[in-house]
Amino acid sequence: MEMHRDDIGAKLGMWIFIFTEILLFGGLFLVYAVMRHRYADEFHQAAHQLNAFIGTVNTVVLLLSSATVAMSITAVQKGEKRKGVLFILVTLLCAGIFLFNKYFEWGHKFSIGLYPGSDMMIGLKHGYILFFSLYFFMTGLHVLHLIVGSIILTVIMIRIQTGSINEGNYVLLENGGLYWHLVDLIWIFLFPLLYLIT
Amino acid sequence: MTNSETTHITDYRVYGWVLLALLILTTVTITVTWIDLSALTVLVALIIASVKSFIVLRHFMHLKFESRLFTVFVVMVLSIYILVISLTFFDYLLR
Repeated sequence: MEMHRDDIGAKLGMWIFIFTEILLFGGLFLVYAVMRHRYADEFHQAAHQLNAFIGTVNTVVLLLSSATVAMSITAVQKGEKRKGVLFILVTLLCAGIFLFNKYFEWGHKFSIGLYPGSDMMIGLKHGYILFFSLYFFMTGLHVLHLIVGSIILTVIMIRIQTGSINEGNYVLLENGGLYWHLVDLIWIFLFPLLYLIT
Repeated sequence: MTNSETTHITDYRVYGWVLLALLILTTVTITVTWIDLSALTVLVALIIASVKSFIVLRHFMHLKFESRLFTVFVVMVLSIYILVISLTFFDYLLR
Protein backbone atom coordinates (compact mmCIF):
# COMPACT_ATOMS: atom_id res chain seq x y z
CA MET A 1 0.00 0.00 0.00
CA GLU A 2 1.29 3.41 -0.89
CA MET A 3 1.75 5.95 1.88
CA HIS A 4 -0.32 9.10 1.86
CA ARG A 5 1.71 11.99 0.51
CA ASP A 6 0.84 15.62 0.01
CA ASP A 7 3.62 17.50 -1.75
CA ILE A 8 1.64 20.73 -2.11
CA GLY A 9 0.89 20.67 1.62
CA ALA A 10 4.57 20.03 2.42
CA LYS A 11 5.66 22.96 0.29
CA LEU A 12 2.95 25.20 1.74
CA GLY A 13 4.25 24.37 5.22
CA MET A 14 7.78 25.29 4.12
CA TRP A 15 6.55 28.58 2.69
CA ILE A 16 4.75 29.47 5.91
CA PHE A 17 8.01 28.81 7.77
CA ILE A 18 9.83 31.04 5.25
CA PHE A 19 7.30 33.81 5.96
CA THR A 20 8.19 33.70 9.65
CA GLU A 21 11.87 33.98 8.65
CA ILE A 22 11.11 36.95 6.39
CA LEU A 23 9.38 38.70 9.29
CA LEU A 24 12.28 37.85 11.64
CA PHE A 25 14.82 39.46 9.33
CA GLY A 26 12.22 42.07 8.38
CA GLY A 27 12.18 43.30 11.97
CA LEU A 28 15.95 43.72 11.85
CA PHE A 29 15.79 45.55 8.53
CA LEU A 30 13.20 47.84 10.06
CA VAL A 31 15.54 48.68 12.96
CA TYR A 32 18.30 49.25 10.40
CA ALA A 33 16.08 51.60 8.35
CA VAL A 34 15.04 53.75 11.30
CA MET A 35 18.55 53.93 12.79
CA ARG A 36 20.09 54.64 9.42
CA HIS A 37 17.67 57.50 9.00
CA ARG A 38 18.58 58.84 12.41
CA TYR A 39 22.38 58.43 12.16
CA ALA A 40 22.79 58.80 8.38
CA ASP A 41 26.33 60.23 8.45
CA GLU A 42 27.70 57.84 11.05
CA PHE A 43 26.23 54.83 9.19
CA HIS A 44 27.92 56.11 6.03
CA GLN A 45 31.29 56.41 7.74
CA ALA A 46 31.02 53.10 9.58
CA ALA A 47 30.18 51.21 6.38
CA HIS A 48 33.62 52.18 5.01
CA GLN A 49 35.08 49.74 7.54
CA LEU A 50 33.43 46.79 5.78
CA ASN A 51 35.28 44.93 3.07
CA ALA A 52 33.14 45.39 -0.05
CA PHE A 53 35.36 43.01 -2.01
CA ILE A 54 34.68 40.08 0.32
CA GLY A 55 31.02 41.07 0.28
CA THR A 56 30.98 40.95 -3.52
CA VAL A 57 32.73 37.58 -3.69
CA ASN A 58 30.24 36.16 -1.20
CA THR A 59 27.33 37.56 -3.23
CA VAL A 60 28.56 35.83 -6.38
CA VAL A 61 29.20 32.59 -4.48
CA LEU A 62 25.71 32.58 -2.97
CA LEU A 63 24.01 33.31 -6.31
CA LEU A 64 25.94 30.45 -7.91
CA SER A 65 24.99 28.11 -5.06
CA SER A 66 21.32 29.03 -5.48
CA ALA A 67 21.48 28.18 -9.18
CA THR A 68 23.11 24.81 -8.51
CA VAL A 69 20.44 23.86 -5.94
CA ALA A 70 17.76 24.69 -8.50
CA MET A 71 19.66 22.63 -11.10
CA SER A 72 19.88 19.65 -8.77
CA ILE A 73 16.07 19.60 -8.67
CA THR A 74 16.03 19.42 -12.47
CA ALA A 75 18.60 16.61 -12.35
CA VAL A 76 16.58 14.57 -9.82
CA GLN A 77 13.36 15.16 -11.79
CA LYS A 78 15.09 13.78 -14.88
CA GLY A 79 16.37 10.83 -12.87
CA GLU A 80 20.00 11.91 -13.24
CA LYS A 81 21.09 10.92 -9.75
CA ARG A 82 24.82 11.57 -10.21
CA LYS A 83 24.27 15.08 -11.50
CA GLY A 84 21.84 15.77 -8.67
CA VAL A 85 24.44 14.83 -6.06
CA LEU A 86 27.14 16.77 -7.91
CA PHE A 87 25.08 19.98 -8.03
CA ILE A 88 24.44 19.80 -4.27
CA LEU A 89 28.15 19.20 -3.76
CA VAL A 90 28.94 22.41 -5.68
CA THR A 91 26.41 24.22 -3.50
CA LEU A 92 28.09 22.94 -0.34
CA LEU A 93 31.47 23.98 -1.75
CA CYS A 94 30.08 27.50 -2.29
CA ALA A 95 28.79 27.51 1.29
CA GLY A 96 32.30 26.55 2.41
CA ILE A 97 33.84 29.45 0.46
CA PHE A 98 31.27 31.81 1.99
CA LEU A 99 32.12 30.64 5.52
CA PHE A 100 35.86 30.83 4.79
CA ASN A 101 35.51 34.46 3.67
CA LYS A 102 33.29 35.28 6.64
CA TYR A 103 35.87 33.79 8.98
CA PHE A 104 38.57 36.13 7.65
CA GLU A 105 36.23 39.09 7.50
CA TRP A 106 35.06 38.71 11.09
CA GLY A 107 38.50 37.56 12.23
CA HIS A 108 40.05 40.78 10.99
CA LYS A 109 37.46 42.88 12.85
CA PHE A 110 37.95 40.87 16.04
CA SER A 111 41.74 41.24 15.76
CA ILE A 112 41.51 45.04 15.66
CA GLY A 113 39.18 44.88 18.66
CA LEU A 114 35.98 45.59 16.79
CA TYR A 115 33.31 43.27 18.16
CA PRO A 116 30.15 43.70 20.24
CA GLY A 117 31.00 44.61 23.80
CA SER A 118 34.70 45.35 23.13
CA ASP A 119 36.33 48.36 24.75
CA MET A 120 36.96 49.85 21.33
CA MET A 121 33.33 49.57 20.30
CA ILE A 122 31.97 51.01 23.52
CA GLY A 123 34.17 54.08 22.95
CA LEU A 124 32.71 54.75 19.51
CA LYS A 125 29.96 57.22 18.66
CA HIS A 126 26.39 56.01 19.03
CA GLY A 127 25.71 55.66 15.30
CA TYR A 128 28.85 53.53 14.84
CA ILE A 129 27.91 51.23 17.69
CA LEU A 130 24.46 50.75 16.19
CA PHE A 131 25.84 50.07 12.72
CA PHE A 132 28.37 47.48 13.87
CA SER A 133 25.90 45.84 16.27
CA LEU A 134 23.41 45.48 13.43
CA TYR A 135 26.18 44.30 11.11
CA PHE A 136 27.34 41.57 13.49
CA PHE A 137 23.82 40.53 14.45
CA MET A 138 22.35 40.44 10.94
CA THR A 139 25.29 38.80 9.16
CA GLY A 140 25.69 36.48 12.17
CA LEU A 141 22.07 35.36 12.02
CA HIS A 142 22.41 35.00 8.27
CA VAL A 143 25.52 32.84 8.51
CA LEU A 144 23.75 30.71 11.13
CA HIS A 145 21.02 30.08 8.56
CA LEU A 146 23.70 29.24 6.00
CA ILE A 147 25.21 26.64 8.34
CA VAL A 148 21.79 25.11 9.07
CA GLY A 149 21.05 25.11 5.32
CA SER A 150 24.33 23.31 4.63
CA ILE A 151 23.46 20.59 7.15
CA ILE A 152 20.02 20.17 5.57
CA LEU A 153 21.54 19.97 2.08
CA THR A 154 24.12 17.41 3.25
CA VAL A 155 21.30 15.16 4.51
CA ILE A 156 19.45 15.70 1.21
CA MET A 157 22.58 14.86 -0.80
CA ILE A 158 23.00 11.59 1.09
CA ARG A 159 19.34 10.77 0.51
CA ILE A 160 19.64 11.41 -3.23
CA GLN A 161 22.63 9.07 -3.24
CA THR A 162 20.78 6.34 -1.34
CA GLY A 163 17.76 6.82 -3.58
CA SER A 164 15.17 7.81 -0.98
CA ILE A 165 14.92 11.09 -2.87
CA ASN A 166 14.21 10.19 -6.50
CA GLU A 167 12.27 11.34 -9.56
CA GLY A 168 9.03 10.13 -7.97
CA ASN A 169 9.54 11.76 -4.57
CA TYR A 170 11.70 14.85 -4.28
CA VAL A 171 9.65 17.25 -2.16
CA LEU A 172 12.35 17.22 0.55
CA LEU A 173 14.88 18.46 -2.01
CA GLU A 174 12.44 21.15 -3.13
CA ASN A 175 11.91 22.32 0.47
CA GLY A 176 15.62 22.25 1.24
CA GLY A 177 16.11 24.29 -1.93
CA LEU A 178 13.51 26.82 -0.79
CA TYR A 179 15.39 27.26 2.48
CA TRP A 180 18.65 27.76 0.61
CA HIS A 181 17.09 30.37 -1.68
CA LEU A 182 15.82 32.18 1.42
CA VAL A 183 19.43 32.44 2.65
CA ASP A 184 20.29 33.91 -0.76
CA LEU A 185 17.31 36.32 -0.68
CA ILE A 186 18.34 37.74 2.70
CA TRP A 187 21.89 38.28 1.46
CA ILE A 188 20.58 40.10 -1.63
CA PHE A 189 19.35 42.82 0.76
CA LEU A 190 22.12 42.62 3.36
CA PHE A 191 24.91 43.10 0.83
CA PRO A 192 23.95 46.52 -0.61
CA LEU A 193 22.54 47.84 2.67
CA LEU A 194 25.61 47.01 4.76
CA TYR A 195 28.56 46.91 2.37
CA LEU A 196 27.77 49.24 -0.50
CA ILE A 197 26.12 52.24 1.10
CA THR A 198 29.23 54.24 1.87
CA MET B 1 -2.26 10.31 -2.95
CA THR B 2 0.73 11.40 -4.93
CA ASN B 3 1.26 14.47 -7.05
CA SER B 4 -1.39 14.21 -9.70
CA GLU B 5 -0.64 17.41 -11.59
CA THR B 6 1.99 17.51 -14.30
CA THR B 7 5.31 18.69 -12.87
CA HIS B 8 7.31 21.23 -14.79
CA ILE B 9 10.94 20.40 -15.37
CA THR B 10 13.03 23.51 -15.88
CA ASP B 11 15.93 23.17 -18.30
CA TYR B 12 19.46 23.64 -16.94
CA ARG B 13 20.05 26.41 -19.46
CA VAL B 14 17.15 28.46 -18.06
CA TYR B 15 18.87 28.47 -14.64
CA GLY B 16 22.10 29.45 -16.36
CA TRP B 17 20.43 32.49 -17.90
CA VAL B 18 18.75 33.37 -14.59
CA LEU B 19 22.14 33.21 -12.86
CA LEU B 20 23.66 35.43 -15.54
CA ALA B 21 20.85 37.99 -15.10
CA LEU B 22 21.42 37.99 -11.32
CA LEU B 23 25.17 38.46 -11.75
CA ILE B 24 24.63 41.36 -14.17
CA LEU B 25 22.27 43.00 -11.66
CA THR B 26 24.91 42.53 -8.94
CA THR B 27 27.43 44.31 -11.16
CA VAL B 28 24.92 47.11 -11.69
CA THR B 29 24.40 47.47 -7.92
CA ILE B 30 28.14 47.79 -7.37
CA THR B 31 28.73 50.21 -10.28
CA VAL B 32 25.87 52.41 -9.17
CA THR B 33 27.56 52.99 -5.80
CA TRP B 34 30.51 54.59 -7.62
CA ILE B 35 28.19 57.28 -8.90
CA ASP B 36 27.09 59.71 -6.24
CA LEU B 37 23.32 59.73 -6.23
CA SER B 38 23.16 61.13 -2.68
CA ALA B 39 19.62 60.59 -1.43
CA LEU B 40 18.73 58.20 -4.24
CA THR B 41 21.50 55.69 -3.42
CA VAL B 42 19.41 53.69 -0.98
CA LEU B 43 16.38 53.77 -3.24
CA VAL B 44 18.35 52.51 -6.26
CA ALA B 45 19.97 49.76 -4.14
CA LEU B 46 16.57 48.66 -2.86
CA ILE B 47 15.00 48.67 -6.32
CA ILE B 48 17.78 46.49 -7.76
CA ALA B 49 17.61 44.16 -4.74
CA SER B 50 13.85 43.87 -5.23
CA VAL B 51 14.27 42.99 -8.90
CA LYS B 52 16.82 40.32 -7.94
CA SER B 53 14.44 38.96 -5.27
CA PHE B 54 11.62 38.83 -7.81
CA ILE B 55 13.81 36.75 -10.15
CA VAL B 56 14.88 34.42 -7.32
CA LEU B 57 11.29 33.96 -6.10
CA ARG B 58 9.88 33.40 -9.58
CA HIS B 59 12.53 31.12 -11.04
CA PHE B 60 14.66 29.55 -8.30
CA MET B 61 11.80 29.23 -5.84
CA HIS B 62 9.50 28.03 -8.65
CA LEU B 63 6.61 30.40 -7.97
CA LYS B 64 6.19 30.61 -11.75
CA PHE B 65 5.09 26.98 -11.94
CA GLU B 66 3.60 26.56 -8.48
CA SER B 67 -0.09 26.85 -7.60
CA ARG B 68 -1.34 30.47 -7.67
CA LEU B 69 -2.05 30.16 -3.95
CA PHE B 70 1.69 30.40 -3.19
CA THR B 71 2.05 33.66 -5.09
CA VAL B 72 -1.01 35.09 -3.33
CA PHE B 73 0.53 34.21 0.04
CA VAL B 74 3.90 35.74 -0.82
CA VAL B 75 2.29 38.95 -2.06
CA MET B 76 0.17 39.11 1.10
CA VAL B 77 3.16 38.70 3.43
CA LEU B 78 5.22 41.27 1.55
CA SER B 79 2.30 43.72 1.59
CA ILE B 80 1.95 43.35 5.35
CA TYR B 81 5.69 43.96 5.74
CA ILE B 82 5.63 47.08 3.53
CA LEU B 83 2.63 48.31 5.54
CA VAL B 84 4.53 47.82 8.81
CA ILE B 85 7.54 49.75 7.43
CA SER B 86 5.31 52.59 6.19
CA LEU B 87 3.42 52.85 9.49
CA THR B 88 6.68 52.84 11.47
CA PHE B 89 8.11 55.66 9.37
CA PHE B 90 4.89 57.68 9.55
CA ASP B 91 5.07 57.35 13.31
CA TYR B 92 8.79 58.08 13.43
CA LEU B 93 8.85 61.06 11.08
CA LEU B 94 5.74 62.75 12.40
CA ARG B 95 6.67 62.61 16.06
